[in-house]
Amino acid sequence: MPEPQTPRPSSRQPGPAARLLFPLALGLTLAMGLASLFVGVSSVSPGLLWAEGGTGPATEVLLTSRLPRTLALALAGTGLALAGLVLQVLVRNRFVEPSTVGTTESASLGILLVMLLAPGLPVPARMAVAAGFGLAGTGLFLLVLRRVPQRSPLMVPLIGLLLSGVIGAVTTFIAYRTDMLQSLGAWSTGDFSIVLQGRYELLWIVAGLTLVTAVFADQITLAGLGRDMAIGLGVNHGAIRALGLVLVALLSAAVIVTVGIVPFLGLVVPNVVSLIMGDNLRRTLPVVCLSGAALVMACDIVGRLVVRPYEMPIGLTMGIVGSAAFLWLLTRRRGHGA
Amino acid sequence: MIEVEGVERRYDGLAVLSEVTLSLPRGGLTAIIGPNGAGKSTLLSVMGRLQKPDAGRVTLEGMDLAQASGRLVARKLALLRQDNHTAARLTVRDLVAFGRYPHSRGNPGPEDHAQVARALAILGLEPLADRFLDQLSGGQRQRAHIAMVLAQDTECILLDEPLNNLDISHAVRIITLVREAAQALGKTVVVVLHDINMAAAHCDRIVVMKGGRILRHGPPAELMQAEFLSAVYETPISVHELAGRLVAVY
Ligand SMILES: Nc1ncnc2c1ncn2[C@@H]1O[C@H](COP(=O)(O)OP(=O)(O)OP(=O)(O)O)[C@@H](O)[C@H]1O
Ligand SMILES: [Mg+2]
Repeated sequence: MPEPQTPRPSSRQPGPAARLLFPLALGLTLAMGLASLFVGVSSVSPGLLWAEGGTGPATEVLLTSRLPRTLALALAGTGLALAGLVLQVLVRNRFVEPSTVGTTESASLGILLVMLLAPGLPVPARMAVAAGFGLAGTGLFLLVLRRVPQRSPLMVPLIGLLLSGVIGAVTTFIAYRTDMLQSLGAWSTGDFSIVLQGRYELLWIVAGLTLVTAVFADQITLAGLGRDMAIGLGVNHGAIRALGLVLVALLSAAVIVTVGIVPFLGLVVPNVVSLIMGDNLRRTLPVVCLSGAALVMACDIVGRLVVRPYEMPIGLTMGIVGSAAFLWLLTRRRGHGA
Repeated sequence: MIEVEGVERRYDGLAVLSEVTLSLPRGGLTAIIGPNGAGKSTLLSVMGRLQKPDAGRVTLEGMDLAQASGRLVARKLALLRQDNHTAARLTVRDLVAFGRYPHSRGNPGPEDHAQVARALAILGLEPLADRFLDQLSGGQRQRAHIAMVLAQDTECILLDEPLNNLDISHAVRIITLVREAAQALGKTVVVVLHDINMAAAHCDRIVVMKGGRILRHGPPAELMQAEFLSAVYETPISVHELAGRLVAVY
């Protein structure tokens, strides 16, 4: 089908929309963060906290549950959006994210093996194993990609999904044979209701990784312009690609180990930002991180509200929002080279 | 200056460049011409260290490109490729600004901003500066990439078919511009051209390639010979003098 020739100034020109995006994302993140602190089964409100004057049940809930949960949401959202962004830039395809190229599935396999073979391993070591597996999975995806002739940008995520399916099947098979199926399901489904003080702190690594990405933002953008362009401008293309893939694996592993799998986020957020602001990482990175955080918090809050006093796991809300957004993006992205 | 010494390049055992030796002194505009598949783009990417030769070497001011630091080379040599399909959504201004990356490493100073503004102005891109590359016509996109190479402000500039997609006015403007850069600023510029007359009118030197070899090279007057050109292109070509220029008619 031909691309419509009418210009769509609102989204195709980096005009006012692009400039408004950062304050908008910042405002949304702060608003969602505040809401997340005060929404839930036990009541916590500014008034109540004030009345308690620093000690009391509301303060207790805030400090041991709500605050950790909110921070975990923000960090996980940042990490997933960032992982999606870096992956999309380096693979030069807009339809990929860690859970559609085998990174997530491989990391899960790694965690399952740790639970089977070395159950006593501390969480950071578990994350390191997950990241190692995730990196290997992504590497495998890139190897396969190199061998398959690509006629359409949609081939890339298709190959990734097939590979993810195979790795996921291996994981399920092992879990089935070892009677781990139930616990596999339990920890791999993204869920923030389990986040308490002392159980999410590993996610702070996302903040560090975000800084590293920011430092290399220009070089990652240039690597995304292709090998020749990168070399021409004096960027070590191979090294930056490797660094980017390690970042993606670490970010994904940190989130999976602490809160489980949250689908679609890494796909949707960087795509929407790219449509409006373009692909200069230096400019889009803060907006992508903030939007990721805001979206995860929003989905989590919705999950807390719709079936009160119970909770809907974030995987479900994110799945609905994400798949709808993905379909919309598919129709928007058609034509301009993924 | 740039020196190519005995360069060979093979694809799947098939020689695409054989025994290519070429010495380009500092300053001057050199055109590479030849039929499709002659190896012009391959030679340019070897000279621009995008491809490693299977034998031989390329040196830039005495440094071997295979060993030199990528960053250092990027400050001395800029390359425009034949096909510029940048998938990323960058604005024209951002793309041109990335041409300064080898110098600024992400912290642009006044000199960098000035170079970017100059390159945008020279290529008439100011009205398009804030558009995304995927909102441009083919020729406009080509101009944006040329502006990026200019902003890189290197002593050696390699341009693979820079006049592709350009209208006559922009084609003349760009070839004049690079000629001036070569003459006034002492830059070493190599352009791959298909328009022999453009090459003859503007370049100091012409290199004729075919079948992965350099057939001849020298000043335009020596190479603008009907018999030779007809043989190279396997097409009847006659050469006439017109308005003080040698013009090939085909
Ligand atoms: N990646 C590749 N794999 C195999 N053969 C290749 C590859 N790239 C180029 N070639 C071959 O090398 C030869 C030289 O190609 P090159 O691109 O250098 O030609 P050219 O002189 O630039 O031609 P044109 O005028 O069409 O741009 C051609 O025969 C081409 O088929
Ligand atoms: Mg060519």
